[in-house]
Parts: sequence; structure tokens; C-alpha cells
Amino acid sequence: MTEYESLRWIPLLPLLAALIHGVMLGVFQRRMPRWGVIALSCGSVLLAFLVSVAGFFRLVGLPGGESLVDSVYTWIGTGIGDTRLTVEVAFRLDALSSVMTLVVSGVGLLIHVYSIGYMDDDHREDRGFQRFFCYLNLFTFAMLVLVLADNLVLMFLGWEGVGLCSYLLIGFWYSDRYNAYCGSKAFIVNRIGDFGFLIGIFLLFAGFAQAGVPASLAFADLQANLDALLSVTLPAPFWGEEWRLVEVVGICFFVGACGKSAQLPLYVWLPDAMAGPTPVSALIHAATMVTAGVYMVCRLAFLYAEAPVASALVAWTGGITALFAASIAIAQTDIKKVLAYSTVSQLGYMFVAAGCGGYTGAVFHLVTHAFFKALLFLGAGSVILAMHHEQDIEKMGGLGRRIHKTKAVFLIGVFAISGFPPFSGFFSKDEILLTAWASHVPGSTWLYAIGLVTALLTAFYMWRLHFLVFWGECRAPASLRDQITEPSNVVLFPLYGLAVLALLGGVMGIPQVYGDWVGVESSHSLNNFLSGVFPAADPHVVSHALEYALAGAAVLAAGLGLGLSYFLYVRQPDLPGKLAARARGLHQLLVEKYYVDELYDAVLVRPLVWISDRVLFRGVDAGLIDGLAVNGSARGVRGVAETGLKYLQSGLAQGYVVMMVVGAAAIVAYLVGN
Amino acid sequence: MIPTDHVIALSAILFTIGLVGVMTRRNLIVMLMSVELMLNAVNLAFVGFNRLWPQGPSGSGEASLDGQIFVLTVIAVAAAEVAVGLGIVISMFRNRDSVNIEDVSLLRW
Repeated sequence: MTEYESLRWIPLLPLLAALIHGVMLGVFQRRMPRWGVIALSCGSVLLAFLVSVAGFFRLVGLPGGESLVDSVYTWIGTGIGDTRLTVEVAFRLDALSSVMTLVVSGVGLLIHVYSIGYMDDDHREDRGFQRFFCYLNLFTFAMLVLVLADNLVLMFLGWEGVGLCSYLLIGFWYSDRYNAYCGSKAFIVNRIGDFGFLIGIFLLFAGFAQAGVPASLAFADLQANLDALLSVTLPAPFWGEEWRLVEVVGICFFVGACGKSAQLPLYVWLPDAMAGPTPVSALIHAATMVTAGVYMVCRLAFLYAEAPVASALVAWTGGITALFAASIAIAQTDIKKVLAYSTVSQLGYMFVAAGCGGYTGAVFHLVTHAFFKALLFLGAGSVILAMHHEQDIEKMGGLGRRIHKTKAVFLIGVFAISGFPPFSGFFSKDEILLTAWASHVPGSTWLYAIGLVTALLTAFYMWRLHFLVFWGECRAPASLRDQITEPSNVVLFPLYGLAVLALLGGVMGIPQVYGDWVGVESSHSLNNFLSGVFPAADPHVVSHALEYALAGAAVLAAGLGLGLSYFLYVRQPDLPGKLAARARGLHQLLVEKYYVDELYDAVLVRPLVWISDRVLFRGVDAGLIDGLAVNGSARGVRGVAETGLKYLQSGLAQGYVVMMVVGAAAIVAYLVGN
Repeated sequence: MIPTDHVIALSAILFTIGLVGVMTRRNLIVMLMSVELMLNAVNLAFVGFNRLWPQGPSGSGEASLDGQIFVLTVIAVAAAEVAVGLGIVISMFRNRDSVNIEDVSLLRW
């Protein structure tokens, strides 16, 4: 633990920028000049990134497992004795949060720059250039608080903050009712997950009180005192004798992660979140915020390592989500929807790794995914700009000739996500599949198989997207066709940066088998860097031959996806339509996303709305509270007064005197009688 | 020396006369006079009891003038009350040409 005062500036700088924007807009109702907005927003994020880099180098210089700490002030101090609770506003930079901070501020910076070009071409009425950057900076602040937080409560603050900014940015073009609806949906679904997170925090606190250990919600103390928690059990509400508290806490936290990271059954908000501007989709709904759940599970790795049931739940939820979302993605026709389901699927991969104990693999894929998915989203944004905000890939095609720069960087992203060597996605996906294969999670072989099939589907739908957008004949209406031009350089430069990262990002996690080729010792530098943070997992005893075989299988699956896609969408472009006609039911099922939204609507939303309207609103609020309690008591008082009580006020002074005398006599009689 | 019983009896008689006057008479001035009578009945009781227990109710043994001080206070309050009361009577007479209490019964249901 080393003090490092500059740490607080990483989240504070974007907050300052957001506050300045907010005060300008909200209080003074005045717009800053364009260059001022750009300088303030991008400058603050750039500075935050530089401080993160400085912190990273400070951290590398320290012995392994050490962390940098910046305690700002005591936020909450309450309770006595065993239930004493102190919550500090303190930031902690260890290997894990350092990786996250670099990704958030680095990718965030590129997307800030990209937004300058993207939001300039805002085709809607509301030209909220400064408002957009205000929200974006606020988001960066909240996300950095989330990853740098030293304790669970502060992390929760960031967690809620990013949810709020997500809501604000999805509904950024709020004059369109649909966007506002999507924002609300994201917020509400996230709240369901947050409920699990909160319950988890409460249970941890109660568990520590029961174990007689001074409760502290700082991660370092949690880790140090975990042994005391292991023997604590809860009376089982449903089955079995007793439940172990760590398992229950692990599951509660995972419910939170499910909401934020869009896993089954709470993934439904993410595809709708695409209603927001594309840079938002790239930053919040692909690269950073949605990985918060993965980050949390990794942050609490010490807890999950002691909770095999919760870990298995994490892994299997991730696996099923990965396959489920990938299968939906192959039938979508909105370019951003395809990428959104792809994101859900890739997040599922990360949870597979985390649940199987491969926390490094999860973080590795988180980082590479941030690179290539941000690249793909920004590339899609570039396509959307070129197409004048047309998002339907059925109306694209042949764009490669007109916007070849976008095509080139998009291609790198496609290669990376489908897992072709030597692109970054290959290494991270490979590590996850290897982890799944070698893990002790029940049914891990099946988990591996699911991962492999998902890899095939991923390659298929991404190449389908690529072919439909950039190859073949242009299907755009003639009026639009001549106006398709490459966007400006300010849009393209961040794409180049991300393309380089997506191409070379795998360097940080080259498995030892390949490292041996060139005689590099411990070539998995990310693993070395993170080894101090994560509990030592069971060593994966995997022979080199098996490792090559698994990598070969993954590449084969990706190649198969590519080949199939090429055959269907380039060689035989009529075939997909015929296939869809032959298997109408299945196709319809995929296009309609398994009718999950409709299911939720029928099972949850409608009954809830009905109960709220008929029972709670009309019955309880209008009937009981308004009718009986408020109006009823008023009517009762009036009735009593009207029928008898009012005649007591006769206006005759002598009557009052008599009443006074009688009253006084009664009091005297009472006192004397006692 | 006059026994305390007699003083208290006189006080009670005066108080009852005043009370009956307030309750039965319609003339506002007479009602005020009756109130004064009640106040003075209480004053009489105060001085009577003060003479009966010169040490006061606390029983500390020191001489106490509590009752007599109360009387002085009551006299002061009564003077103020008469000033206000007569003011109201004059105001009423100017407006209504009457000092009959039954002529002022507007404030009712």
C-alpha cells in the first residue's frame, strides 16, 4: 500500500469538465463555443489518461501485488461496536484497476475524439453538442470511480452513476419517444440487477457482524477477513439445510453483474440501448460500462474462488448467453443490433472465463473486446454517417468501393472478433476456451463445446455483416447512392488507433507455447501483471499438443464460419432468402429474438402494469388513501359537524358561560374525586 | 378573630352571587360587575388562606405572603380587564345602541 495523491485526479478531471458543462448549460443557459467544448472534454479525458499512465508506471515499479492508494476523506462513519461501518472515499490502483483505468480512459479518449466528428453531423433537431459531451464526461467520471473504488459502497456509487449516464445518453435524442422508452428500459432492467448488488453488500455486512469481525467493505479488508466469513451460513429458505453465505453473496453480486453486463435473463436492455448515438454505443454499451459486471466478478475473485456454486452459475449463465445472443445476431438486419447481440455474446464469453476461474482470461478478453468492439461500433458509425443515418444492412452493400478506409479498419475488427491469428481476439478467445476445457466446473466439456459453436456463429454473423455491407451490389436507393462518401478525418483517426490496438492487442497475452518459439520466458505479460491480484487458481495442466489442438479447433471454427458466410452471402446470395423461406419458423424465431421481449411483456410487464393500475393506483391510492383516508376523514368530520356539533356555537355569550361553568365544575369534580 | 370558615363561606357566597349574575343577566355592564364580584370573592379566599397558613404551602417554616401577592396580581389584572371590558361596552353601545348581550350574536352557525 503506497500513497499516491494524484490518483483522485483520474476521476475528478472528467467530473470537473462535466460540472462546467452542466453549470454553463443548466444555470447560465449559454452554449460554449465549439472549440471550448472540445478542449474541455477531450482535454480532461486526455489528462485523466496521462495520470493513469503515470500511475501504471508507478505501479509497475512496485513489487508484485502492491497497490497505490489515495484516501480522500471519510464518507460514512456510523454504528458502534461490531456493526461499526466506515466508508472512505478512497481510490486504489492495483494491477486490475490499472488495466481497467487505462482501457476506460484510453478508449474513452479515442471515442471522445470520434464524437467530435460524429455529433457534428447531428441530423436531428436538438443540436445538443455540449450536452452530449457533458454526459460523456460524467460517464467517464462514474466509470473511473467504479474501477478505482477502494470499497464496495464507492463502487456502487460509480455503478449507479454509469447506469444514470447510460440512461441519459440512450435517450439523448429524447424528442423521439422511442429513444426515451429505450433509455427507461435500460434503466429499469439495470435497477433489477442493482437490487442484487445491494443485497450482496448488505449480506456481506451482516455476515461480518455475525462472524464478529470488524465490518469493512474495503476490498483489501474483505480479502483479509474472508476466512471468518466462510463458516457463516444462512438458514435455507427453499431447499437444503443451510446455505453458505459466500455462495449467496456471490450469486447476489452476479445478479448485479447480469444486469450491468447484459446476461440472461437481464440482457434485454442492451439491444434497445442502440437507440443512442453510435459513439455512446461504442463507449458505454460495448467497451466500458457493460464490462463492469465482469470487472466486479474479477474484483471479487477471492470471494468467487471460495464459492464453487456461484462460480458455476456465472460460467453457465455466460455460456448460455453467449450461444443464445450469437444465434440471434445471425438473423438481425440492423447493423448496430448485430453488434449489440455480438456484445452480449462476447460478454458471455468473459463470464465463462471468470466462472471457470480464469480471471486473467476474462480481463484479457475484456480488454481486447474493448478494442475491437469499439472499433466495430465506430466503424459502423462511420458507415451510418456515410449512409446518412441508414442502419439497415439490407439497404447497404457495395460500400467497400466508396468508403474503402472504413472498410479496411472494419475488416481488422471482423478478423479480430472472429478470432483469426494473429489478431487480438484470437489469443483472448483461445485462452477462454482453454480455461473452459481445463476447468472443474460441472459440465465444463459442454461449456467448451458451447464456446466453440459460439465462435463459429460469431465468425459467421460478423462476416455476414461485412459481406452485406461492403461487398456485392449497392442496394441503397439511387438518390442516396451518389452521396455516400468517406467521413471526415476526425472520425477516421480514432478508428486507425483502435485498429492498431485490435490488431496488436493480443501481444499482452501470448500463451507460453508460442512464447517458447521465440525463446521468450513468461510471454503472457498480462498474466504476470495480474498474478498478484487474483487467487492462485489450480494450475491448468494442459499438454502443449492439446493447446495446439484447441487453438486449431478455434481457428477451424472461425474459418468455417467465414467460409459458410462467404458461400451464402457472396457465392449464392439468393440462398439465404430461400433457406429462410424453407425454415420459416426458425428464421422468424431468430428475427424476433426468441420472443423474449414479448414473453417478458406478457409475464412481467403487463401483470405489473395491471396490478399497478387496477390494484395499487385505483384500489389503494385512489380508493383507500385518497378516498377513505383523505376525503373520507374530511367528509366524516363535516358530517358530524353539520348534523349536530355546529349548534354548540349559538352566538349567545351566556350559553358559553354555562358551558364553561359546567366544564370547570367537571374538572374540579374529577380532581376532587381523585 | 374571625374564623377562617366564615371568611371562606363569605367568599363562596360572593362567588356564587357573581356566577349567577354572569349566567342570568343580559346587561353587559352588570355582567362585568358580576365578574368583578367573582374576582373579589377569590381575593377574599386568598387572604383568608394566607392567614390560616402563614408559612405557605411549602412548609419550610419561613413566613410567606404568597396569598397576598396573588391578591395584588389579581387586582391589577382585574383593573386591566375592566378597562378593556368597558371599552368593548362603549364600542358596542355606539354601534348597536344597546348593551344587551343578546343583541350581539352574529358569530354563530
